[in-house]
Amino acid sequence: MLADLLHRISGEVAMGLAQAGGAIALCLAVIAVCRRFTVRVEREAAVSLARGLVQMVAVGIVLALLLRGSLLVGLLILLGMTFAAAVTAARRARAVRGALLISFWSIAAGSGVVIGAMIAMRTLDTRIAMLVPVGSMIIANSMNSCAQAAERFRADVTAHIGQVEAGLALGADPAVAVSPYVRSAVYASLLPRLDMLKSLGLVWIPGVMAGMMVSGASPIYAGIYQFILVAMILTASGISGLVVTLLLRTRAFSPAAQLTLRGDAAAAAGALSAR
Amino acid sequence: MSMTTAIGRVDRTDDAQRKTAAGQRPGPSGQAAATGTAGPLRLETHRLSRAVAGKTLLDSVSVRISPGEITAVVGPSGAGKSTFLRLLNRLDEPTGGSVLLNGQDYRSVPPRMLRRRLGMVMQMAYLFPGTVAANIAFGPKQRGETMTADQIAALLTRVGLPGYQGRDVGTLSGGEAQRVSFARTLANAPEGLLLDEPTSALDEASVRGVEELLQGIVAERRITCVIVTHNRPQAARIARHTMVLEAGRLAAFGPTDEVLHAG
Repeated sequence: MLADLLHRISGEVAMGLAQAGGAIALCLAVIAVCRRFTVRVEREAAVSLARGLVQMVAVGIVLALLLRGSLLVGLLILLGMTFAAAVTAARRARAVRGALLISFWSIAAGSGVVIGAMIAMRTLDTRIAMLVPVGSMIIANSMNSCAQAAERFRADVTAHIGQVEAGLALGADPAVAVSPYVRSAVYASLLPRLDMLKSLGLVWIPGVMAGMMVSGASPIYAGIYQFILVAMILTASGISGLVVTLLLRTRAFSPAAQLTLRGDAAAAAGALSAR
Repeated sequence: MSMTTAIGRVDRTDDAQRKTAAGQRPGPSGQAAATGTAGPLRLETHRLSRAVAGKTLLDSVSVRISPGEITAVVGPSGAGKSTFLRLLNRLDEPTGGSVLLNGQDYRSVPPRMLRRRLGMVMQMAYLFPGTVAANIAFGPKQRGETMTADQIAALLTRVGLPGYQGRDVGTLSGGEAQRVSFARTLANAPEGLLLDEPTSALDEASVRGVEELLQGIVAERRITCVIVTHNRPQAARIARHTMVLEAGRLAAFGPTDEVLHAG
């Protein structure tokens, strides 16, 4: 197995790395243009590009080694991916205690329900070669949805502290006081996935469909399968966005229904209220 | 501390107010409703303190607020005036001491009930998007109560905004918005009223209008009222008693004319 892997590295992989170099060069050009407009993303983009390349090469190596592994191995890989996704998404909600755990449960809820349902409906093969790539797509979208919902909820609540506290001061339950911001956070997290579904086949033909057609599947079946996959991604995203927002909502208040989720400026709350 | 000792002083209630209210407090409609309590709310703080990240914002403040009257809280910026008010409403948690409502520690009162009983009007109106009527009905709706159109109309008339119920809050002036905020709090039929510099963003004409409205409502309903203001002349105009906070400590408390003349 290892010998086979090394053999592949010498040919295809070298070509792939050269192509990746070309893609990176194009990204760097865009970053340089951004810099002209004082959009400073050099550092973040460089780290993201480096991480993306290293991670994908590592995943390729792991998949090549584990291609014949059992369902359990596949599920453990997905669990590891879910944890890594939670670490990334939790950065959007650093101000909240337990952000990592909240992100993990949100992503696990969304992707777990959907992957389980797909396996049960036999729309997802349990072979690692199929389970891990498709599962990772679902986890990645759950992660994005989780991060978007968390960021939107935090931003909306901290921008409307006065309105939230006005609601509390009128005797509203905390859930009622932040209900407009729960709605907007969940909607904002679903919007990219809804747009993805609307534009399916019109604006883009996703990779899975293209891959299936290349490997000889019927274009009609490939199209239907791609639709199922995007619909499942929307489902997973909806669950993750909703779960993360509801968990954040519970952490946003103290047991005495006091708003504890505040912006950086207001975090030194006392200083603000010491007028 | 100068002036009257904070704890142990005799609370006074204006006889005229007693005649007007006669032990009753108006409900959301502005009509009288039995409170089930004898007289206006007794509000006291006992060694009330709050510190955040090692910084003391309020340091062991003990006062007995005059029931059914307006008490002003004055002091320089950073003195802890708003902290004091937020602690009374339990929007922030005391790190020491407590607040007593009719002699009962307020931690034994569910926060939502406490905030309904101690209504708060903030410096900004913070109205919810939608109509004036929806804003007025918000508080009672939280308890599953529905205000009738007549009740809303009567309350708006009382705060000087007759016929405003259908207006979108986005079309209101600053003074009008603050009156709606005031009416929204009154719709909860609070026993106490906490106001955090409610006129600081208004022009002089609106300030006088809100002051007259406040005095009228407090007299009618015998509401125990605490108003934070940086404006000493305003305290002199509307408050029977005044407390002065300096660097989080109670520097003076007593009849307004004595406290302000001494300052």
